[in-house]
Amino acid sequence: MYYETIKQLIRLAGRQKKPIGEIVLAIEAEQENESPSTIRGQMVISWEVMKQALDRGVTDNIRSVSGLSGGDAKLFFARTPKFLNPDVGKAVARALGVAEVNAAMGKIVACPTAGSCGIVPAALLFAKERLQIDEETIITALFTAAGIGIVCSMNASISGAEGGCQAECGVAAAMAAGALTELSGGSATMVGHAVALTLINMLGLVCDPVAGLVEVPCILRNAGALMQAFLAADLALTGIKSRIPVDEVIGAMREVGQALPESLRETALGGLANTPTGRRLRRKLT
Amino acid sequence: MGKADSVFEIIGPIMIGPSSSHTAAAVRIGQISLAILGEPVNEAIIQFHGSYALTGKGHGSDKAIVAGLLGFDAADERIKDSLAIAKQQNMKLDFQKVDLGDDYHPNTVRLLIAGVSGMHFEITAISVGGGNISIVEFNGLPIQLSGEYHTLITIHSDRPGIVAKATSIISQHKVNISTMNLSRQRRGGLAAMAIEMDQPLPPEAIKELEEKAQIVRIIPPIY
Repeated sequence: MYYETIKQLIRLAGRQKKPIGEIVLAIEAEQENESPSTIRGQMVISWEVMKQALDRGVTDNIRSVSGLSGGDAKLFFARTPKFLNPDVGKAVARALGVAEVNAAMGKIVACPTAGSCGIVPAALLFAKERLQIDEETIITALFTAAGIGIVCSMNASISGAEGGCQAECGVAAAMAAGALTELSGGSATMVGHAVALTLINMLGLVCDPVAGLVEVPCILRNAGALMQAFLAADLALTGIKSRIPVDEVIGAMREVGQALPESLRETALGGLANTPTGRRLRRKLT
Repeated sequence: MGKADSVFEIIGPIMIGPSSSHTAAAVRIGQISLAILGEPVNEAIIQFHGSYALTGKGHGSDKAIVAGLLGFDAADERIKDSLAIAKQQNMKLDFQKVDLGDDYHPNTVRLLIAGVSGMHFEITAISVGGGNISIVEFNGLPIQLSGEYHTLITIHSDRPGIVAKATSIISQHKVNISTMNLSRQRRGGLAAMAIEMDQPLPPEAIKELEEKAQIVRIIPPIY
């Protein structure tokens, strides 16, 4: 078995009547010449690290090395938001929290990158708590997310330096949306639409880190990306379809990434990094 | 970063933040340098070039390299305290920002390290994305190694025979070569070779090679 498109993953899942996560796991085991339970065990370790970071992010008093970030997640977690559903508010706080832990030299799991490490864990913890999903199924959903990430890396990019923030937080959001859709009983086709609908809303997002650090705006974008994932999963579960097929959307992300000027691809030369305040912070911190 | 072919390249590595290229990779550069030295580090001059010089401090690249030199891995919570730990162990450290010129990768670090027995090397490494690194120079000679394999490094005089000797020893021990590269200063001058292998080379093989080369280092794969 083999895949390099979402369409192929959907077809394999349909043919074997299994979740996409099971397909991705089986293929990984085959490739690595390991048993599926060994591969699953490795993912359990990653999930444990994710849970620790999710917890730390909203309970510890976090401060980054530069002093640019920390504390927002804990503050937001403690408040009842005015507009968001309270559970969604908690999840957003957790996404911020994991990203703050990362900025403060804490332990995280890159997902797909360190800069976008808060989105998938926060989404899955929300699913576990809100939808009462057992750990075993959460681990399978991590494979669903990983399969989506693999396809994006093969056909576009998961590096901000290559494709802008859409490639990091955008892909993370697509991974989260696909996993949430599958966890909520959505079909493999719906998972594909969730991925497409997420990426459509993340397309073009630039990578413009202030002072070159993984803090501003990266931490905030973990929160925004998670909101896009929730939206896309809900839309897809309602039966709403992307008018552009998912693999074509991923192709568009590649094209948009290549068209981005270098100043907006992690060089810290454009966008927010190049605002008067961004430049001042750079001079102060480097 | 290239195409991922494992789920753990997408969900992973487990690492200390904030940056796979500037923190996790920097730890790895330190770890591999320590493995090349083969004994505890007594003194290190750490030169940051390009993006490492510009954003290294905020990414904790200094702490990360030193953590690697202390033998910590990229997921070790002690990374953020590594400078204090190094001080306790009397490791002498000097951090410098340098401009190595445009020929060098934007994420380059050069290490001049000396061990407790006085052995010393100069190692230049680059961070190539996703926490992966490449050692690109050893004592000023171009080499190419990733640290993901059992690796043999030699510095020897550019004379006929050393490559044949090395490969014959490797094949005698039924070890498979995965990559191999060779460079020299000038004809008849000093030359460097790096051979990445799928299996380890036994210690007796190293002795045989030491008769032919000035410097022989063997390092295990570092994950």
